[in-house]
Amino acid sequence: MITRLTRPVRSELRTSKDPSPQPSPTRGEGAGGATPPAVGLTGICKSFGAVKANHDVALEVAASTIHGIIGENGAGKSTLVSILYGFYTADSGQIEIDGQPAKIHNSADAIRLGIGMVHQHFMLVPTFTVLENVMLGREGGALLERGRAETRAELERLSCEHGLEIDPDALVGDLGVGLQQRVEILKALRRGARILILDEPTGVLTPDETDRLFDILRALKRDGVTILLITHKLREIMEVTDAVSVMRQGEMVGHRTPATTTREELAELMVGRKVQLDAVPVTGEPGPVALVADGLSWRDAGGALRLDRVGLELRAGEILGVAGVTGNGQSELLDLLSGIAEPQAGQIRLGERRINSGHPADPAEMRALGLAHVPEDRQHRGLVLSFSAAENVVLGYQGGERAGTGAFINPTGIRALCQKLMDRFDVRPTDPSLRAGGFSGGNQQKIVLAREIDVGPKVLLVGQPTRGVDIGAIEFIHQQLVDLKQAGCAILLVSVELDEILALSDRIMVMNAGRVVGTIDRAEADRHRLGLMMAGIAEGAAA
Amino acid sequence: MAEHWVDFLRLMDGTLRFAAPLILCAMAGLVSERSGVIDIGLEGKLLAGAFAAAAVASITGSAPFGLLAAIAVSMAMGLLHGFACITHRGEQIISGVAINFLASGATIVAGIALFSRGGQSPPLSAGERFRPITLPGVEALAGVPVIGPLYAELISGHNVLVYAAVASVPMVWWMLFRTTFGLRLRAVGEKPEAVDSAGLSVTWLRYRGVLIAGALCGVAGAYLSIAHGGGFVREMSAGKGYIALAAMIFGKWRPGPVLFACLIFGFLEAAAARLQSVELPMVGVIPVELILVLPYVATVVLLAGFFGRAVPPKALGVAYVKER
Amino acid sequence: MKIAPLPRWAEVGLIPVLNIALALAVSGVVIAMLGESPMAALVVMMKGAFVNPGGLGYTLYYTTNFIFTGLAVSIAFHAMLFNIGGEGQAAIGGLGVALVCLALDPVLPGALVIVLAIGASAAFGAAWALIPGYLQAYRGSHIVITTIMFNFIAAGLTVALLTGALMRPGQSSPQTREFAEAAQLPFIHDMLGWVGLGVARSPLNLSFVIALVCCVGVWVLIWRTKFGYALRAMGQSEPAAIYAGIPVQRMVVIAMALSGGMAGMMALNEILGVQHKLLLNFTSGYGFTGIAVALMGRNHPVGIVLASLLFGALFQGGAELDFEFKTITREMVLLIQGLIILFSGALAYMLYPLVGRVFAMVRGADG
Repeated sequence: MITRLTRPVRSELRTSKDPSPQPSPTRGEGAGGATPPAVGLTGICKSFGAVKANHDVALEVAASTIHGIIGENGAGKSTLVSILYGFYTADSGQIEIDGQPAKIHNSADAIRLGIGMVHQHFMLVPTFTVLENVMLGREGGALLERGRAETRAELERLSCEHGLEIDPDALVGDLGVGLQQRVEILKALRRGARILILDEPTGVLTPDETDRLFDILRALKRDGVTILLITHKLREIMEVTDAVSVMRQGEMVGHRTPATTTREELAELMVGRKVQLDAVPVTGEPGPVALVADGLSWRDAGGALRLDRVGLELRAGEILGVAGVTGNGQSELLDLLSGIAEPQAGQIRLGERRINSGHPADPAEMRALGLAHVPEDRQHRGLVLSFSAAENVVLGYQGGERAGTGAFINPTGIRALCQKLMDRFDVRPTDPSLRAGGFSGGNQQKIVLAREIDVGPKVLLVGQPTRGVDIGAIEFIHQQLVDLKQAGCAILLVSVELDEILALSDRIMVMNAGRVVGTIDRAEADRHRLGLMMAGIAEGAAA
Repeated sequence: MAEHWVDFLRLMDGTLRFAAPLILCAMAGLVSERSGVIDIGLEGKLLAGAFAAAAVASITGSAPFGLLAAIAVSMAMGLLHGFACITHRGEQIISGVAINFLASGATIVAGIALFSRGGQSPPLSAGERFRPITLPGVEALAGVPVIGPLYAELISGHNVLVYAAVASVPMVWWMLFRTTFGLRLRAVGEKPEAVDSAGLSVTWLRYRGVLIAGALCGVAGAYLSIAHGGGFVREMSAGKGYIALAAMIFGKWRPGPVLFACLIFGFLEAAAARLQSVELPMVGVIPVELILVLPYVATVVLLAGFFGRAVPPKALGVAYVKER
Repeated sequence: MKIAPLPRWAEVGLIPVLNIALALAVSGVVIAMLGESPMAALVVMMKGAFVNPGGLGYTLYYTTNFIFTGLAVSIAFHAMLFNIGGEGQAAIGGLGVALVCLALDPVLPGALVIVLAIGASAAFGAAWALIPGYLQAYRGSHIVITTIMFNFIAAGLTVALLTGALMRPGQSSPQTREFAEAAQLPFIHDMLGWVGLGVARSPLNLSFVIALVCCVGVWVLIWRTKFGYALRAMGQSEPAAIYAGIPVQRMVVIAMALSGGMAGMMALNEILGVQHKLLLNFTSGYGFTGIAVALMGRNHPVGIVLASLLFGALFQGGAELDFEFKTITREMVLLIQGLIILFSGALAYMLYPLVGRVFAMVRGADG
């Protein structure tokens, strides 16, 4: 099995590299010559309980290339690179670094072997300065004095060489995400990384910041650094990598080069069957206005303006998609509309009720007014993971008749309700007494969705409905939303996945830095135009 | 005038004596909590240290041996705390409560078994205690006004552990902010993932944090029973560990302000001791209990955010689990 | 990490029992180190707790205290609040009982005074816990630290009152005058005497029955009411509770008040039931022991009654140790208590991997 998988890979990488004129081999390395691969993995297996996160995975990464690993959420990408970085130890399998067999038990081993990692969630101490963060773990002696000076000089050198300017004395907590990511890269380079792993680095970046990151990566590649880029975004793979490996359900299912493959082929490999990437939604006739927001502004506890005079109008029987890079005010908008946060300026109108700072409404009241909410973070907000599935189907409705009569709850009634919803939404396993935490991501999301749809809402707020959800469940969830729309519900869909926005929305509203850049009809929307708007560049059509 | 000056100096001297164990315990708590481990068990470690010091000093006849024993016992309890909440990721507060119970019970049980005096140690002789040290130059400065009494009353004439307590503050500060170990320790209390991904052991760093805390508590315990006091008495820690905890929060987990808080709390105790059944003009007798609860009240008020916010280390109380 | 989850009976039954067994085993080793026989000590304690005349009554009298303080800790635990201030809340609850009795027993009929005193014990305890609850909910104070501080403040306050305004006239010991006989809770041995059953005298009084009623009440409240659902949801996940429209801040205050009220009612047993006057330190650490009781009882009323019974037997049996042995005394119980908190609380998960492996082996042998 192992040999069958590795051999074709090797030949594939070689042949792909030779004719390709673009990624020039660096530092006098003979093209396709004897330089050993920077990373070689064979037969990697890793299980968590009953879940096989990695099964017999093989991977080969040529030195001084940008190598992409692509796959859906839960395909095992993160586990694989965590093994390479020593966060987890593989149950079995071999690792070779620069052609030499390597044992990596912890991060210290990985660092010693010249492996650096930029985590999806930054590993930075917010209360420390950039300098202190960069030197942590490589202080150079028992006292900080000398190490500080050395690190400062080193930072200056790295800034010049790779164009990574940064103020070494800034507090990391005060920096934006783009700069924090830069600190992470500097940290890895300072520790002498020759192999740099980036785990979903663009999820928090604007398209512009993403471009800058890719420039840095290309520069690093020229300097001989090998880069492993983990992502689930096909576009990025096609744009920046020299080779790509595709993972699905814990297994490595194929290796390609961007020059010789297409997005469709990669998508098919990722999902395991044909998928239509650019589905066009069925648009219907929108009904009367169901929800209006006008001039909504909101500052967080730190005083930062998160929402700046946001206005929108949502009609019955339509899906309004809210597009934008993570952290541009979409979450705050959902919080305000659902009653979780109180508006500080501006007004919301839901039916006859006007909600503003003088007359706030809490989530319970919003629900009573016919507004349901599928939150972005189902694990922490949408469900109480330690409660049973049955108990979770009345979360949010615990005060009403669904939970029981009077002051008491009715366990049998709740159980029956859960059973009914589980059958209707095909939740597996069909066990109302199982803890919510015991279900897979897709089934958890179905429980939340079932709960919110079953109450027959007039308005439904949906945040990231398919994040961390397997492909089969995605289609089911999308269908539910479309059906609900056609039944006359007004739906506000917040998603960072442009594909999802494009596939479902009747109209699309784009947010940047807490403001609405513009709202356009689906028919006028394309990826390029939305990308510009997401970067904050308003254009003629913008409202 | 000179008389008032001497009076004031005596009050300050009393302040220092009451504050010394608080300073040591608060520094202990500070080191532990900066590494991310809550230390409710200061009280228990203090008590166990006091007992071990008195017991060993009385058996061996040597105060330094007593001190070493106090440090060893208190560190062992720190180790137990670490085993429960670092290795086994137990609730840190519960583990601390357990340690306080263990110390209460074990000191009395062991005391009765060793000395058969209802849980007390025999009174200690001069050789078994740390005696006050007269610093050189007291005689020479005796005639100098202001400075002379200051030197004689406040600076000279303490036992060695008082000086150790005072010295512990700059030492802890230096360790935390000037050494590599300190940088790592603070990092592990704020964001252990960062430390782990830097290839450092979160576990070992935190263990060192609780061990240092144990050692400092041991010194504080020895101070109670074989320096300030002349033997072990049941429950002699009498809530000092909790006051130290309050002082540590009051000082917002920073050595300088924590020292200041300990001195204030020590002052309140010294003042309470002096005001005991003293009839004050206008006010009458102030119930001493009410003065003694002031540190607690002050801490509550501080925690409620009325004098600015006390921000604890981010990862305080959270066992480190690699994310799945 | 490759351990399959344990069956539920093992998690709820086996592991707790093993943890307590470990704690008792270590206690046994300590007793052996002191040169006494652990078995002999156990026999003395069991006899003292259950067999000797009045022993059972004493055991149940201690049990009553632990039921109240254990329930108090558990209610707060369900809301993920650590109420370490049972000691202070009980002390203030006692103050409430005393104030009602001292003020009203000359003028009102005893039964009415008793009813008012019961209310006062709960109300005063609730008030004393409500402040830390409020500070946590609205000012962000850490509940553990504040409740510890409130224990000391309560102690200072009671000393100040008992040596001042409330001190029994013409006396120098810090305690109040005795309450009128009609305003005292009846002893169980007297009550059984009224129906012709003769049992040995003991401090066991009506508050034991009140405690059991509270257990039922707490069970219904936590597991069968919408309020209990909201409380548990908040404890398990605050973001989910906010999402669900549960007023989290208000719930924190209410949960603490309920918890404090339970702790305050402990004073019924000691003050209204046994001492019949307010005196210093009557809480004797029972508030802290409530933590151990709640941990062992897994925050469930049934578990709490069982754990309280165990602790009641330990306290009563421990008192017997003083008479029978030279080297071991009732303070041994403190040590045992510490070990139980350690093993069933802080080290609760220590045995999981081991037991899991045993289960896996057994399963492997089957299949």
